[in-house]
Amino acid sequence: MIIINQFIASYNYFIIIFLMIAGLYIVVARGNMIKKLIGLSVFQTSVYLLYISPGKIIGGTAPIINDNYTLYSNPLPHVLILTAIVVGIATLALGLSLTIRINEEFNTIEEDEIFNKEEL
Amino acid sequence: MILLTLMAIVVIGIIRFKNLFNVIILGSIYSFLMASILLVLDAVDVALTEASVGAGISTVLMLSALYLTKRNENPITHNQIWPLLIALITGALLVFGTYGMPEFGIINTPMHNHVGGEYLARSISDTGIENVVTSVLASYRGFDTLGEVTVIFTAAIGIIAILKKTKTKVK
Repeated sequence: MIIINQFIASYNYFIIIFLMIAGLYIVVARGNMIKKLIGLSVFQTSVYLLYISPGKIIGGTAPIINDNYTLYSNPLPHVLILTAIVVGIATLALGLSLTIRINEEFNTIEEDEIFNKEEL
Repeated sequence: MILLTLMAIVVIGIIRFKNLFNVIILGSIYSFLMASILLVLDAVDVALTEASVGAGISTVLMLSALYLTKRNENPITHNQIWPLLIALITGALLVFGTYGMPEFGIINTPMHNHVGGEYLARSISDTGIENVVTSVLASYRGFDTLGEVTVIFTAAIGIIAILKKTKTKVK
């Protein structure tokens, strides 16, 4: 019973770790550039959850000051992750524009085919 | 908890599908699920941003990039064992790391006893803003936000430089 309770109490971490290694696996294993970028953003969003979920307090509410509430969740991770989301979209846009450029140069976005064409 | 499980299922779909259009739409669903989870976790500002940026803008950007490139992913030819091994080893280390992490939702953790509570207590008297996330973002950590703006600016310059080169070549 204790083990089950502990599992439920840490369930968010297990899912975060699963998302993280799934993102890592996509980035390493798949050759398609767009798929790689999606893997990268999955990895990034798992980090958002990793930051936000310890900030939650059960029974707390969103950190907007109001006389009716006394217990608020921690606002600092929210601020950090807001910055991270915006930086993430900037890197994603840059990566996609590089992908388009690679496609114009090599006429493919698969890693293996690009290597083959460079050897020729 | 159900939402978290759903998200894991969507990610498996992202790994399996070969059609990139499907993958991008699944990515959009993933972002919406993420936004709902953030809403449950009291991070309302982050949830709004994730829904608009993650599910909206990034999907549009991905689709427009897809329009300019190829629709389908090639089947995998090279060895799959090493990436899987690396991912599993990383995962095992991270699971080991969770034993040091606090349980979900309890208040007596180090992160709640430091600067976070301080922000909550002083926000009204220091800045007069009721939404603490806004006051921290714009006031206490204003330079952080300035750095963020710099990053976006750099990215925009980079994109213009990369895509402008192609236009001159076409001419």
